[in-house]
Amino acid sequence: MSLRRKPRLVVVGNGMAGMRTVEELLKLDADGHDITVFGSEAHGNYNRILLSPVLAGDKQFADIMLNTREWYESQRIRLHAGDPVVRIDRQRRVVIAHSGLEAPYDRLLLATGSKPFVIPVPGHQLPGVIAFRDIADVEAMLSASRTHRRAAVIGGGLLGLEAANGLMRQGMDVTVIHVMDSLMERQLDKPAAALLQAALERRGLQFRLSAQTAEIVGSDRVTAIRFKDGSELTTDLVVMAVGIRPNIELAKTAGLLCDRAIVVDDTLQTHTDPRIYAVGECVQHRGAVYGLVAPLWEQARVCAAHLAALGVKRYGGSVTSTKLKVTGIDLYSAGDFIGGADTEDLVLRDPRRGVYKRLVIRKSDGVDRIVGAVLYGDVADGPWYFELMQKCTDVATLRNKLLFGRAFCDGAGQAA
Amino acid sequence: MPTFPARAEVKSTCPYCGTGCGVSVRVDGDRTTVVGDDAHPTNAGRLCVKGSALGETVVPDGRLLYPQIRDANGLLQRHHWDETLDHVATRLTQLIEQHGRESVAWYVSGQLLTEDYYVANKLVKGFVGTANIDTNSRLCMSSAVAGHKRAFGEDIVPVAYDDLERADLIVLVGSNTAWCHPILFQRIVREKERRPDMKLVVIDPRRTATTEMADLHLPLRAGSDVALFNGLLSYLNQHGVIDAAFVEHRTHGSREALAAADASGAQLADVAATCGVDASLIAEFYRLFAIHERVVSCFSMGVNQSSSGTDKVNAIINCHLLTGRIGKPGAGPFSLTGQPNAMGGREVGGLSNMLAAHMELDSPSDRDAVQTFWRSPMIADQPGLKAVDLFDAIDQGRIKAVWIIATNPVVSLPDADKVKRALSRCELVIVSDVIEKTDTTAFAHVLLPALGWGEKDGTVTNSERCISRQRPFVEPLGEARADWWMLSQVAQRWGYAEQFAYRNAAEIFDEHARLSGWRNDGRRYFDISGLAGMDAERYDALQPLRWPQPAHGDAAAQQQAFADGRYFHDDGRARFITTAPRPPVNALSDEYPLALNTGRVRDHWHTMTRTGLAPTLAAHIAEPFVDLHAHDALTCGVADGSLARVTTRWGRLVARVRISGEMPRGTLFVPIHWSAQYASDARVGALVNPFVDPVSGEPEFKHTPARVEPFIVTWHGFALARSARPMETSTWWTRITGAQFVRYELAGRDTDTDWPSLARAALGAAADADWLEYEDRSAGTYRGALIVDDRIEACLFISKRADLPSRAWLSGLFAKDRLSEPDRIGLLVGEPLEPTDDQGPTVCSCYGIGRNRIVDGIRRQGLHTVQALGETLRCGTNCGSCVPELKVLLAQNRGLASDPVLPSI
Repeated sequence: MSLRRKPRLVVVGNGMAGMRTVEELLKLDADGHDITVFGSEAHGNYNRILLSPVLAGDKQFADIMLNTREWYESQRIRLHAGDPVVRIDRQRRVVIAHSGLEAPYDRLLLATGSKPFVIPVPGHQLPGVIAFRDIADVEAMLSASRTHRRAAVIGGGLLGLEAANGLMRQGMDVTVIHVMDSLMERQLDKPAAALLQAALERRGLQFRLSAQTAEIVGSDRVTAIRFKDGSELTTDLVVMAVGIRPNIELAKTAGLLCDRAIVVDDTLQTHTDPRIYAVGECVQHRGAVYGLVAPLWEQARVCAAHLAALGVKRYGGSVTSTKLKVTGIDLYSAGDFIGGADTEDLVLRDPRRGVYKRLVIRKSDGVDRIVGAVLYGDVADGPWYFELMQKCTDVATLRNKLLFGRAFCDGAGQAA
Repeated sequence: MPTFPARAEVKSTCPYCGTGCGVSVRVDGDRTTVVGDDAHPTNAGRLCVKGSALGETVVPDGRLLYPQIRDANGLLQRHHWDETLDHVATRLTQLIEQHGRESVAWYVSGQLLTEDYYVANKLVKGFVGTANIDTNSRLCMSSAVAGHKRAFGEDIVPVAYDDLERADLIVLVGSNTAWCHPILFQRIVREKERRPDMKLVVIDPRRTATTEMADLHLPLRAGSDVALFNGLLSYLNQHGVIDAAFVEHRTHGSREALAAADASGAQLADVAATCGVDASLIAEFYRLFAIHERVVSCFSMGVNQSSSGTDKVNAIINCHLLTGRIGKPGAGPFSLTGQPNAMGGREVGGLSNMLAAHMELDSPSDRDAVQTFWRSPMIADQPGLKAVDLFDAIDQGRIKAVWIIATNPVVSLPDADKVKRALSRCELVIVSDVIEKTDTTAFAHVLLPALGWGEKDGTVTNSERCISRQRPFVEPLGEARADWWMLSQVAQRWGYAEQFAYRNAAEIFDEHARLSGWRNDGRRYFDISGLAGMDAERYDALQPLRWPQPAHGDAAAQQQAFADGRYFHDDGRARFITTAPRPPVNALSDEYPLALNTGRVRDHWHTMTRTGLAPTLAAHIAEPFVDLHAHDALTCGVADGSLARVTTRWGRLVARVRISGEMPRGTLFVPIHWSAQYASDARVGALVNPFVDPVSGEPEFKHTPARVEPFIVTWHGFALARSARPMETSTWWTRITGAQFVRYELAGRDTDTDWPSLARAALGAAADADWLEYEDRSAGTYRGALIVDDRIEACLFISKRADLPSRAWLSGLFAKDRLSEPDRIGLLVGEPLEPTDDQGPTVCSCYGIGRNRIVDGIRRQGLHTVQALGETLRCGTNCGSCVPELKVLLAQNRGLASDPVLPSI
């Protein structure tokens, strides 16, 4: 009878990426590890991407909890919530938490996520200026909506629009400020962005595009935003949703190779130390940093397989897709929807039905592959396109009907 | 003008082919319903698809409504009838005074009623004093006329339709009867079903719907008919199949004819080589002919439209004379004429080498008879110019004025671009027509609005000499008038009020009938003097009857022509004609290696001025095409469905390639119907060599050396719209009439087209319109659709390739008051979610049954016979002209029980 102890796995970060990896690992090897989890937030693991519905009032906080404390106990996972790791001692293979607690590891998984980027304009630290990242931010916004009328959201991306929609749903008078001339430029092309903007305007959102914030004005609380052109917008609340920055301080100080984020290979091992893995928004893989949930699921599967010593899987990078979580607005985008000189576009416009669809096709080695998709108004086929995209399916024979949806293409398939 | 109180129904005659079916017409508001007349002896209630769709053509669309004169700026201006007729009379008089009476000409038509025809012929030959009046029948059956006259001494068709049902062998020579005379063909098919022993032999270079039903098909080389029938004559002689007494006593010239036949046809192998047909097939034909006493040899355009057309006719007649199989029930040579009143035209002498009532222009006594009867100041005494020569004379400036009535020579004559040039040079072009914009009216200096079918009042004679009434059932549109009225008005202005004082068609018919008996005394078989003396009421009630109808003697006893062995040469005998085979005038060459054949398709008629209006008829074959053998297509580098340019020494056109499997190698087929009104570049007349038969003057439409090349375009497309749109700017286009829409087939050579803005502009979509579009720029695909009030208004489909979606399903959307959500989503795909909703191209026009539906029925419903298809789907049960196509589909699909039906273009 072997008395060999189980390998110790320490997870830094109690967010979606870290915990999904743990879940995947448990599926592969239910009792193989002695697992310890550190998290900075003082509760269990919740679904961060559903914060918008909570803000909009469509969901309650309890609805978005993924793993309760009971779950951690049932899995015999030690959870240190509200006690972030502050240092990694790679020589001793221990992590040191803010409370001074030390935890030794055989394997270390970094899932530190990211933090919102705050534009360092004058006034950015005034009360009433917040980001949109976690439960606390949502609570701050909900509370502001009860006492104040006007809100400004800086950032016309996915998160910004969801925040703006949520605040509007809470009764506030909301203006979205965006530095670019069209919304969600990283997910939408201009025609789709224009449709989206029109739809949101019909719901009551206001927009200031191509607007550069110069200063946040106020003495004891924000009162206005001043732009570089000198104009001002009166507001009681400013939500910054202009992007995220990977949390890499811990990794950096531990001497792990970081670029924009922690550099990992196809097994999600850090470049520097094979005992240390990293997943989620804090990693940089083949030059790419992801801010969406789907790549994180894929990373979790590969990383878990490797931790379970089933080293057969490789992570090859992700094609990403986006759905805007604003009720009544169907919007889907995925992959390289802008394209370039070597790509071809299929476009369908039916403005009366509020439908816009665009697929980006790249021909290479005689194969027509979907590399990007923007769907507006009718997103039913989004997942199918995404699947074709991920499987690199040759769509040459479907091309004529592709944009009209799977139903037509399947019909064609049967007939052929 | 007559008025039309709500009469229950009007009996009339179909205005299409020479079959001459009786129709029964009901008018209900602006809807006209035409069904077969049960009481008419020709069709006994049946109608082909063209006849059934006649109601769709009784519409005001495109009608010429008012007299017009072209002004100094070249613009047509509306004038009163009086002014216009004054102008016509004055200008003709001026030209005749300046250049002589041979400087004016008339070009008329087998579409005219006998009464119109009679007045035209009388005016020209008796009062202008020239025989420069010819007719489009020259292009159709003048070889038959010439052949009849050479053999019988008079233009007599010695066979009736009943004889087809009495015959034991029917030989169809150069006739796609199934498509061109569907009702006659159905009579043959029904009789063959009743008597399976009855044989049908079809002699035609092409495999056609007709050959599908044949016991034996001889795909002979174009123009080799004389060799084939010389061979038959020789064979019959060698095998003693001769009616010696008949030949001895009733004919002349058998020895010479047999010698000539032996020279080319004594050896079967020689005949086989000349005709390009397997000797065993020919032997079987000869054997069948030899053993069947009751044989009818029907011949049509494949015989007539040839530089040796008259010899072909006589080669056929010779075989009937040698065997004495003529003048007897169920036997004889039978000319199937193309036009509704080609026969009537022949009776009134409407050709430039005839006089009137079967009297001869070159006979002084006949001329005297006619002039006396007409009380005319003069009478033409030399033959006038035949159609092709007539337009040559116009081109050369020898003829200064031409009055064209009810025909479209810019489309239908050979070397038709020369016709254009001739008309553009002509000092005075007068055109009487029903339709305002035709390829020919474009050249008119004076436009005269004529009555259309449904407005006309008179008689026509069909292929079997049966005279039927065409009765009016609607008021004339605008200021349209009868052709006889216009001609008489001009005659009256010239001072012949007394001779042209007709008040109605009945008076003209009466005069015509009297003339046929005038100084006749049995010398001429054509005699309808028994019909003289009818008042308007009796004339209106006239029932169909066959001529002769002499005033004296027993008409019934004379119905079987030549039954008494008497012919109409001076000696009362028939003539064998010596015929030596001659190849077509223009031989194939390296430059023009293919033989271009022209002809009709099932559901169109002539230059489509009428059938082009009927949506039902456009559904069968929508576009001009060039049919050729798959190997030739390969050699020429053209593919099925692509566009090809066909070039001859005379002209060129562009048409869709079709590899039907019907064409023998080395040959092309292009339909005659498409004019510049319906297609950018498809007037096959422009390509046809203008060489004519030396006797009949009939052009060689069936053989012009040609070549085929790919017509390179950068895009293909089609548009459907509720009303006409400006689509005629693309490099190549065809316009097709649909039910509640107009369809355009398009192709172009421009690149980098901004389709979204071009499409919106072309289809008339405003900026805020309900416009949906699909674009795949790299693939060159664009699709746009305009929706108005949830109804489809227009759509446009563009592709780099010809693989556009089916038009059939999209066309069907125009019938819907509201597009359903699935319709709207499927709209730009061009097909429904459920593939079986797409019927495909129409096969049965009568019931609108499409190919996909039929194939589905064969494969999945187990409908494995024509009868089963008809019982379940109704296809083929009305006119039956699609039955041969159904048979082909059955043959192709019977073995494929479970395969799903592919949607197709």
